[in-house]
Amino acid sequence: MRMKKDIMICGVGGQGTVLASKIIAAAAMDEGNAVHSAETIGMAQRGGPVTSHVRVGEGAYSPLIPVGGADLLIAFEPSEAVRNLRYLKKDGFVIVNRVPVKPTSLGSSEGYDGKREIEYVSSLCRCLVVDSDALCAPFGSSKFFNVAVLGAAAGSKELGLGAETIREEIVRIVPERFRDKNLAAFAAGYQIGENHHANQ
Amino acid sequence: MSKQYVMGNGAIALGALNAGVNLVSGYPGTPSSEIIETVAKYPHEGTYLEWSVNEKAAMEVAAAAAYSGARAMVTMKQVGLNVASDPLMSLAYVGVKGGMVVVSADDPGPISSQTEQDTRRFAEFARIPVFDPASPEEAFEMVQDAFAYSEKYKTPVILRPTTRVDHAYASIEAPDTFRARDYEGFVKDSKKWVIFPRLSFQNHAMIEKRNVEIGEDFSSYRFNTVSGSSEKAVIATGVSYAYAAEFLKEHPEIRLIRIGTPYPLPETFLLKALEGVSEVLCFEELSPYIEEKLYQLIGKHQLKINVSGKHSGDVPPSGENDADSARRIISRFLGLPMDEARAETAGAPEPPARPPVLCAGCPHRASFYAVKQAMKGKKAYFCGDIGCYTLGNAMPLDMVDTCLCMGAGITMAQGFYHMDPDAVAFSFTGDSTFFASGITGVVNAVYNAADMILCILDNSTTAMTGHQPHPGTGRNMMATPVEKISIEKLLIAAGVVKVMTVDPLDLEASVAAVKECAAVKGVKAIIFKSPCVAITKPTGKMKIDSEKCIGCLRCIREIGCPALSVSGGKAVIDENLCTGCGLCRQLCPVGAIGGV
Repeated sequence: MRMKKDIMICGVGGQGTVLASKIIAAAAMDEGNAVHSAETIGMAQRGGPVTSHVRVGEGAYSPLIPVGGADLLIAFEPSEAVRNLRYLKKDGFVIVNRVPVKPTSLGSSEGYDGKREIEYVSSLCRCLVVDSDALCAPFGSSKFFNVAVLGAAAGSKELGLGAETIREEIVRIVPERFRDKNLAAFAAGYQIGENHHANQ
Repeated sequence: MSKQYVMGNGAIALGALNAGVNLVSGYPGTPSSEIIETVAKYPHEGTYLEWSVNEKAAMEVAAAAAYSGARAMVTMKQVGLNVASDPLMSLAYVGVKGGMVVVSADDPGPISSQTEQDTRRFAEFARIPVFDPASPEEAFEMVQDAFAYSEKYKTPVILRPTTRVDHAYASIEAPDTFRARDYEGFVKDSKKWVIFPRLSFQNHAMIEKRNVEIGEDFSSYRFNTVSGSSEKAVIATGVSYAYAAEFLKEHPEIRLIRIGTPYPLPETFLLKALEGVSEVLCFEELSPYIEEKLYQLIGKHQLKINVSGKHSGDVPPSGENDADSARRIISRFLGLPMDEARAETAGAPEPPARPPVLCAGCPHRASFYAVKQAMKGKKAYFCGDIGCYTLGNAMPLDMVDTCLCMGAGITMAQGFYHMDPDAVAFSFTGDSTFFASGITGVVNAVYNAADMILCILDNSTTAMTGHQPHPGTGRNMMATPVEKISIEKLLIAAGVVKVMTVDPLDLEASVAAVKECAAVKGVKAIIFKSPCVAITKPTGKMKIDSEKCIGCLRCIREIGCPALSVSGGKAVIDENLCTGCGLCRQLCPVGAIGGV
């Protein structure tokens, strides 16, 4: 199905945002869309804030989503959701992980727990809050969160892509030995997204 | 043919392969590194590929291929072009036979670089043409055009992508397999290929005349375009054009001029595009290059056009442009109302600062910590270098006093020694940086009788740019196993008086090695050898016994590992991040940390 959607993914370097954006881009292309995307690469990757911009549909000349242009913001971390909220459209949708990544400097790591950030985002936007620890517990590592949250995005119907297309791309893109766990993580996320959608 | 979803750097690689490139050389540097990696990934026949030891070597290897009538491409980041500028400046005078494309990737921001230099200026300085793509799709086409122009005018040509083009992804329609072109081979002619003052004099005159012709040729080039017909015009180049075009999509009447070939300036095209224009905004990144060219053009032709841009303060002098700044700056210039489409964000909690840090378990952290411990209470200078380990400057390590450019740590330590012989002068150099530009510095140190300690942080890869092989790894880009070049033997051969190799994760041995070297006069070296954690399997995990932990937080205060944080007044380890390096275990005063 042809569509036009600007999707922003944000988090902290090392959380696996790049894989998530790659799968979305590939699935969107499979469904016949033009896609452009952009990633943070280089020194900024080492524990710094990272963003991926995925632009689906014609008319996206530049790789970066304009401020106020994102239909969907997928935030892997509460404060990163706040940092990038200005990219969201007025009626845009946010999926945000409530589990914080504490900054390494001692002074700031003590007070920050992400609760205020989640409250702030929920009070302002249409929003689905997920918990990466709970979601990934059955799979033994929070590294599966990137695929699980794609499931939530697909289940919520805000991503605009078919679950089957995404599943096919997971099979194609992730290494075979992690395939089953990734598919299970996707399914778990999908359930949460679908429940959210049903309750709206 | 099939559609490939590739990064801009991948598009450049595919374009070069499609042009039948015979040789590709380069040195890694963000944002250019993926070009060579992509060439390696696609099935190709007859293309020679190498990671050279540095950009100068890469440029010279490629030059010989181009002298032979083969098509050659050399890739680097903008500061790499500084290293390669010696061969490039002369090569511009000598010229080429086969097409030669120099890809120099600029980094507005800068996002991962020392400078915000502008390769367009470098092209003009070297008197060679430059192509400036606005997207991966254009980069794919432009690199092929660049080969054709290079052969037509027998000159090396620069392709100048910027980070947002290099790292943007798009679909490229390209063949599935590639074959390198046939080429004639080198034909000896010392009057042509040997640079001498008389030849330079003749060729300089020829080049100036030729560049006027290229400017004319570029005036009909398909990536120099104009749309709209308003009196107020916007001129944009590179990715800034993409931002401007997207914003102006809803204002098609506005005249938008795009310059795809900044040098030699397509003067005839530009004069025609500016007919009836009274005001122009130059929207570009890095230097006000086109803006200043416009001042020249306006002066030369006595045009009545007002110019806004970086000089007028309408476009910021440094940093990146983006879709948002395009909207703000162009709206202000055109007097358009600014509508706010974005979500409300007033009263947002301030997000925490997240400076980039060394990874959890990174052996560099341990190396820095050992030197710091050994030099406690002593006066010492710590000269850093380019690579992940520049991050050793962050608190709490605070072990990088200087960082200038590739290889500078070794030579700057010597300068500090000569100015202050009572202090201990250290340099910290990664293995790839050592091979790229550290060796001559070591020879300089020995020759000029410096007293210093070289710390080689050997993680057996080029980590920062994405783990490319180098002469110490035993691998090259042609997938043939090669002899590993020993850093230790090189240092001994250069006359370094003491060369020690230690595992930095063994804190006690590392501190002892530093102390031992500091007690000896002359040039000493410690090779801290431990593989990069990003490409090795974790050895295990550490855990803190909360019963035993007394909450002194020494582990957090002293090494700043991202896996460590405070919870309820005690230190805790994030087991998703911990690699089991055990550095924290070795410094815990109560033995609360152990492996699981």
